[in-house]
Amino acid sequence: MTSTVAEKPTEDDTPRRRPLRLRLASANTLWISLVLLALIAVFAAINPGAVLTLFNLQTTLIETSVLLVLAVGMTFVIITSGIDLSVGSVLVFSGITSALVMNAMSPGGDSTGAGWGVITVGLLVALVSGAAWGLLNGILVAKAKIPPLIVTLGSFGAALGAGELLTGGSDVRTVPDALATTLGSGTSFGVVPNLVILAAVVTAVGAWLLGTTKFGRYTYAVGSNEVAARRTGIAVTRHLVLVYLLTGVLAGLAGFMSLAYFRTTTLTSHSTDNLNAIAGVVLGGTSLFGGVGSIIGTVVGVFIPAVLQKGFVIIGVNVYWQPIAVAIVLVAAVWFDQARRRARNSR
Amino acid sequence: MSSPLLQARSLVKHYGSVEALRGASFEVSAGEVVSLIGDNGAGKSTFIKCLSGAEQPDSGEILLGGEQVRLDSPTTARALGIETVYQDLAVAPDLDPAANLFLGRELKRRGLLGALGMLDKAEMRRRARAEFSRLGVNLQSLDVPIGALSGGQRQSVAVARSVVWASKVVFMDEPTAALGVVQRERVLDVIRKVRDQGIAVVLISHNMPEVLSVSDRVEVLRLGRRVARFKAAETSLEELVGAMTGALVQEDAA
Ligand SMILES: Nc1ncnc2c1ncn2[C@@H]1O[C@H](COP(=O)(O)OP(=O)(O)O)[C@@H](O)[C@H]1O
Ligand SMILES: [Mg+2]
Repeated sequence: MTSTVAEKPTEDDTPRRRPLRLRLASANTLWISLVLLALIAVFAAINPGAVLTLFNLQTTLIETSVLLVLAVGMTFVIITSGIDLSVGSVLVFSGITSALVMNAMSPGGDSTGAGWGVITVGLLVALVSGAAWGLLNGILVAKAKIPPLIVTLGSFGAALGAGELLTGGSDVRTVPDALATTLGSGTSFGVVPNLVILAAVVTAVGAWLLGTTKFGRYTYAVGSNEVAARRTGIAVTRHLVLVYLLTGVLAGLAGFMSLAYFRTTTLTSHSTDNLNAIAGVVLGGTSLFGGVGSIIGTVVGVFIPAVLQKGFVIIGVNVYWQPIAVAIVLVAAVWFDQARRRARNSR
Repeated sequence: MSSPLLQARSLVKHYGSVEALRGASFEVSAGEVVSLIGDNGAGKSTFIKCLSGAEQPDSGEILLGGEQVRLDSPTTARALGIETVYQDLAVAPDLDPAANLFLGRELKRRGLLGALGMLDKAEMRRRARAEFSRLGVNLQSLDVPIGALSGGQRQSVAVARSVVWASKVVFMDEPTAALGVVQRERVLDVIRKVRDQGIAVVLISHNMPEVLSVSDRVEVLRLGRRVARFKAAETSLEELVGAMTGALVQEDAA
């Protein structure tokens, strides 16, 4: 904001805006961004050639874009002091319903040659499937007041189970070529993968929604003090339902992206997506206690595990160190957050 | 005395087997500060919750400007111009003072962006700054989450939020309990300012000198019932304590 410039001179006792430098220094996001930059610098110093090659950059970005879409939704949920363990399963379920519907609409039940009409229906089916699970989560959390950990642990299992029931336990492998070659593996402006562009757009809209709108403001308020939010007339129940719904829709979109990229429903590959998304969000400075967080932070947080993974490959460290390194950074991030809260609450 | 702005008649409220209010009555006029006092557990907080829509009485009636009203939620009460500072701090500690002041009443931008839900943060900040300075609320910074402020400053923001939006009645449940001497005086000054604007202020406090200095009248609750009413100028500490403990009973008070 640049509001201070235009305002009339302030009286002595009215507060001034703290300099940007100070505000940033106190934010978790700054520290974790520095960690990310330091990691990249270290890997680049050890092996300058490999890190910055276009292919490395592209694959890192592509592999992270699906996770990023999940993590954007997860950021909203965690800021309300909730959690959503179901995102990976909802992703798979949405991919399955989408693929099945596109196949059913195609001659011979094979959508490989399907056109954009069918693909659009497939996208809508994925979004609606995600929305349905999100709505269910939201209603059970906000209206039935069941702890989100339990609700979404339930839908984590149920969504995957439902998907496997629909396919008989094996992957659907027929995906429209037109989808796979454009959204899946296509690029724009010569080098930028379309999948990355879509993830970037989702992230930008998410950042706008969280940071500048009433919806975002209420998300923080509900997570910061639910009773206070209720007393000021905020429709807390409705808001929570909407937040879980949003996360479900984004998981549905991620399912469609994953389908386009892998050309299969990848039944077994998403069992830890939930934890990866949560780790990214928390690494990015969003507090598990609610009320604090940002999408920018989540972007940084999601890239840290990805960069560690790639970096370890590049410098020849056994990749099994990656989860251990992520765990250390994660625990440190949460520890900082708790220390910050303690310092504040003791005032 | 002018006709009462807000009136409660024989409110009864049970929590399970606990009878928190047993036919409590109360009135307050515009431009008047009335203190509601009583021992712990007398039912003061419950009473205020009923009058501000946070709880619903089991029986009894509430009249605003002579007309019976049903306060089924705090939102209803606020729409009628009734604001409350709750005893348990009702602020969002992770939001900054301006965001707390405007919580639930956010200003949106004009035009398309506003229609999309985008907030006018600059305008809210500007107005918050003006209101805080009008009410004498001193904050070192408008940018920190209010959880990072001292307890007194947090409470000042909570008080400011209710008086800024109130058009008829403000309830304050022990607004000064957590405050130091200077901040306590500030809150009392705010109370006087608000009263002078013609708003009715209902104050709950355990601090008898404070009650005597700021109130126009005092009503005493005991075991869920009104047991005495005084004009502040005509009463004394001894009388108030006597009424609170049951040593002094006014026959006509209930
Ligand atoms: N939510 C509640 N559930 C059960 N009992 C309550 C509740 N709120 C208040 N009470 C009981 O009602 C009585 C009056 O309490 P309260 O209104 O808080 O008194 P005061 O504010 O005067 O100290 C007390 O006995 C208290 O224990
Ligand atoms: Mg009380």
